[in-house]
Formats: sequence, structure tokens, C-alpha cells
Amino acid sequence: MLEGSLFEKKRSKVTKYVDTPKVELEIPERFLRRGSLSKFPSLSELEVVRHFTNLSRLNYGIDNNIYPLGSCSMKYNPKINESLAELDEFVDIHPYMDEEYVQGALKIIYELERLLCEITGMDGFTLQPSAGAHGELTGLLIAKAYFKDKKEERDLVIVPDSAHGTNPASAVMAGFKVVEVKSDERGLVSPSTIKHFLNDRTALIMLTNPNTLGLFEEDIEEIAYLTHKVGGLLYYDGANLNGIVGITRPGDMGFDIVHLNLHKTFSTPHGGGGPGSGPLGVKDSLVPFLPVPRVSLKEGVYSLDYDFPKSIGKVKCFYGNFTVLIKAYSYIRLLGREGLRSIAEISTLNANYLQKRIGEFLEIPYKRLCKHEFVASLKSFRSKGIRALDIAKRLIDKGFHPPTIYFPLIVEEAFMIEPTETESLDSLNRFVSALREVIEEADINPDIVKEAPKEHIIKRIDEAKASRMLKVKW
Amino acid sequence: MIMIPEELKYTDTHEWLRIEGDYGIVGITQYGFEKLGDVVYVELPEVGSKVKQGESFGVIESVKAAVDLIAPVSGTVEEVNESAKKSPENLPNDPYGKSWLIKVKIENPSEIEKLLSGKAYEELIKE
Repeated sequence: MLEGSLFEKKRSKVTKYVDTPKVELEIPERFLRRGSLSKFPSLSELEVVRHFTNLSRLNYGIDNNIYPLGSCSMKYNPKINESLAELDEFVDIHPYMDEEYVQGALKIIYELERLLCEITGMDGFTLQPSAGAHGELTGLLIAKAYFKDKKEERDLVIVPDSAHGTNPASAVMAGFKVVEVKSDERGLVSPSTIKHFLNDRTALIMLTNPNTLGLFEEDIEEIAYLTHKVGGLLYYDGANLNGIVGITRPGDMGFDIVHLNLHKTFSTPHGGGGPGSGPLGVKDSLVPFLPVPRVSLKEGVYSLDYDFPKSIGKVKCFYGNFTVLIKAYSYIRLLGREGLRSIAEISTLNANYLQKRIGEFLEIPYKRLCKHEFVASLKSFRSKGIRALDIAKRLIDKGFHPPTIYFPLIVEEAFMIEPTETESLDSLNRFVSALREVIEEADINPDIVKEAPKEHIIKRIDEAKASRMLKVKW
Repeated sequence: MIMIPEELKYTDTHEWLRIEGDYGIVGITQYGFEKLGDVVYVELPEVGSKVKQGESFGVIESVKAAVDLIAPVSGTVEEVNESAKKSPENLPNDPYGKSWLIKVKIENPSEIEKLLSGKAYEELIKE
């Protein structure tokens, strides 16, 4: 049943359970509400409870079932993270409080920065950016300030054709020009191609490793060497850190700048638009340019330090999405060094298992040992008039959240699958069976696939209209 | 059946060019629209601005992707299809007619030689 809004449910007559006592307060006239309350819903407690409970039952999340949305690392978010982030000591503090009263909060920022430095092989971190793309912009602005400081004029940013769309977008926003390079037949960036694009105008190369095909950029050391030889910087898009965390580090591969998506790798509920966090780490030579304030520790006392004259300034009010930082801190502390390593091990194992099983009935264009995700192509269904979108919609009928579709752009009718480390073998098998069923239906009964979803209260929606004429209020 | 009018010139990024005297009309091929899927947004240059062959003159966004529009020739924008901006969702219905995007005063006619013929474009998309 479709659940209407509370306003649609309102009753005309105001419910009266208890007599409201007359309260005499000296409220200035101009703050008093005029007119009647009749436009507001008037519902009983039970009606409100049912409303929200029913809404929650229409939801799909990682707490319901596997969420194999590629490039998003939709893993289980341990509930203890939530409990810790909800502690009064965190919830009831205010960013304007004196530093002496928020030593615990500052300590978490300070220690999380150190932990992320260790995990990525960087020398300094800022936790301010709100999410991945914000981290990218911060990193690019730091690179810009760095080159300006060195009095070098560099305006080009190189991105591979498999890059996340945010990479070129952030580069343009930071005032750079984007040069796109093609991936080779392995699905990787090849040093021999990149060589032709490198010169004294190169500011950065932005790479994701493992890349968006889920493949490890094997030539990363040579690419780093070539980039540094012409005086450029290497930027690491941390969206796919889940595939390597605890095993290798961007800093060791030669990257100079790294952004992380704490909400992905370090486990925060995300996908509903809820707060993310995109910390940015840099090597020593770039540390002076990090945003202020930075948390410093002197004689056991934490303080907010603004004294970095070369800093690019603030990139967010206050100190970042603090509760997300608490969750990441809790997650890292609980897992420890070995636990973090097992994220990469198990997520990679799960992805390779799925690639093997799904590869039995779907085309995998770049079939090699993958990291935490892989990309199938549904190109061959085009002749039947079936697109990746249709297969994805039919999976919804089977009770599964579909994988990412139409990304990366270098795979036609792409189906990008990332199981994450928190799925069991049973859960992976159930997903394979559901997908196999849909693929069989595409052959036998294509119409049912083209018209899906049919089993839910919301049927096939007009995606173009949904993008263009989004209704955001009732 | 994919339509590829023989009288037009093509780019490998799925734009077409119709030459009318000193002017060139630019649009997106039927195959291009098919690959894009449902279009939600198109961003076109201002009348009077300059476009350069091989460089982006705008952006088209579908439910799948946002893609740069690449100019087939260099020149000055003389006209922009306002209705394309207003209702981009209708663009795929008439790729070689009503769905033209910009009209350009061609700066350097020799650039046209670099473009693909209908036959060559057909070969390209066959792959």
C-alpha cells in the first residue's frame, strides 16, 4: 500500500485527548501565531507510529538484503558505530565551545587524522570535506596553491576514460583543463599512452586504484615516476580503497594526494543522501596548504591551530561532518590492523566469486582477477530490445537492489557489481540465482523484463521526467 | 534500422554537420541518441560565441551519463535551437530535423575534410 504524507491523512477535526491548560507566557506579540492550526495534520499517536513504520517497510537498505551497487561499497554498518556517535558527550557539544571543554572531540579528530595517514601512507590529513567530490576539489585547490607557490603555471589535469565523473568535474571547478586518456585493452592506464600527454603544463593525473573496472593499475609505479619526472602530482580517488585497504597504500604507490570516502570504506550509512565525509590526505610538501583550522597537540592539550599562512583556508564550516568521523574512528579502532586487511581480502574474494559465477551467463569484457568489484556487459541483449536498465528493474521484482548500471562509460550496457566483504556465501548465491532467473526470463518472456518492476507499489518510472521535474515538496 | 543520411558529415563522437553555404548546422546522430538513452538536459553556447573543431561546445545529459558535445567545425554560433533547451526529452525523436542544436558560421571550410562521410561513420558504429 502506498503511504500518503501526513498532510494527506489529516483529519479536519482536531483530536483532543486532554484539556490543554492555559499558559500565561510573556511572548512578544510579533512571535505569536495568527490564524488557525487547521492546515496541520491532526492525528493520534498510533496513526503517526503506523505512518512511519509503514514508510520504513517500503525501504530497501543493507539491513534488508545485499546491496551490490558498484563503486559505492554498500557494506554493513556496525550498529555500535551509531551508539557511539549518539553519546551525549558528542551530541550535546557545540563547535563554539571553548577548546578545554571539547578535548575528547579534538582528540578524535587528531587521532583519526593519524590513523588515516597510516592507512594511506600520507603525511597530513584534513577531515573537513563533506564527501568524495568535495575532497577532490580540496585536493585540486591545494595542488593549485602549491604550483602557484612554486611559481609554476600548470593548467592540465589528466583523467582516464574510466574515471569517476566527479574527477573531471572537480578539475574544471578548480580551474584546470581536463585531458582524457583512453584505457588500453587490459582496461588499464598504460604508461606508454600517458607519456605522450605529460609535459610542463601537467598539474595532476587523477586515478582510482583499483580502477572503476575493479582492476588494479599494475603500472602505477611507472606512471608515478613519469608524472613526477615532469613535475606533476598524482591524485588518488579513494572511492575504491575497499579493494586494497590494509594491503597496500596509495602513498607507497607514489600518490601525492588522496581523498577517502569514509562513508564507503569506513562504514557509515549512505545512499539516502545522508552525510558523507571525504577527508583529504597529502604528502609532506603539500601539508602547509591544508585547510585550517588544524588540530594540534602540545603537552597533552589539543587545540585548533589557524597559524598556517600558506593554507587554502576553510573548505567547510567548523570541522567536517563530525558524527561520521566518530563512526569511522570507531570502525577503524574495532577492526585494527588485521581487521582492516580482511576488508580487502574478503571483498576481493567475494567479487571474484561473483565474477566467476556470473561470468558463466553474462559477458565480462575485461575478465581478469578483479579487486572488490567487476563490470559485466549486457550488450548482447540489445538485439532483443532489452537494456541493462530493464534487467536492473526486474531484479527489483526479485527483491534485490540492482547493481550500478551504465558506468563505467567504457563498457556498453554496463552492470557494475560490488558485493562488499559483509555478504555471506549464501547471500552471494541468492543474488546469482536471482540474476540468472532474470536473464532466463529475458530470453523466454522479454516483456515481463521490459515492464518491470511489477511486484512493487511503484511501477516503472519515467526516469527522464524524474530527473527533470523532481517534486521535492508535497 | 539506424538512419545515417548520406549528405551529412559526421564526427567519431556522434555529431553530424549539415552544410548550407557558409553555414553549418550541428546535431547528434540517431545512433548517438540511442546510446545516450532518455535525455534530461542540454547545455548550448550563446549566440555569438566561438566554437572550435574537436572541442566541447556544450553538454548533453541523459539518465545514464553527461557527455560533452564536440564541435565538428570551428566558427561563430549564429543560432541556437531554443526548443532543444526547453524540451530536451524530445530530442531523440527527430535527430536530423527538429533536433538540430546550433548553427555555426564556418570559419575554415578545409576543416570539413577531416570529418567522416556517411559510409565511414556507418563503418565506425558497426564495430
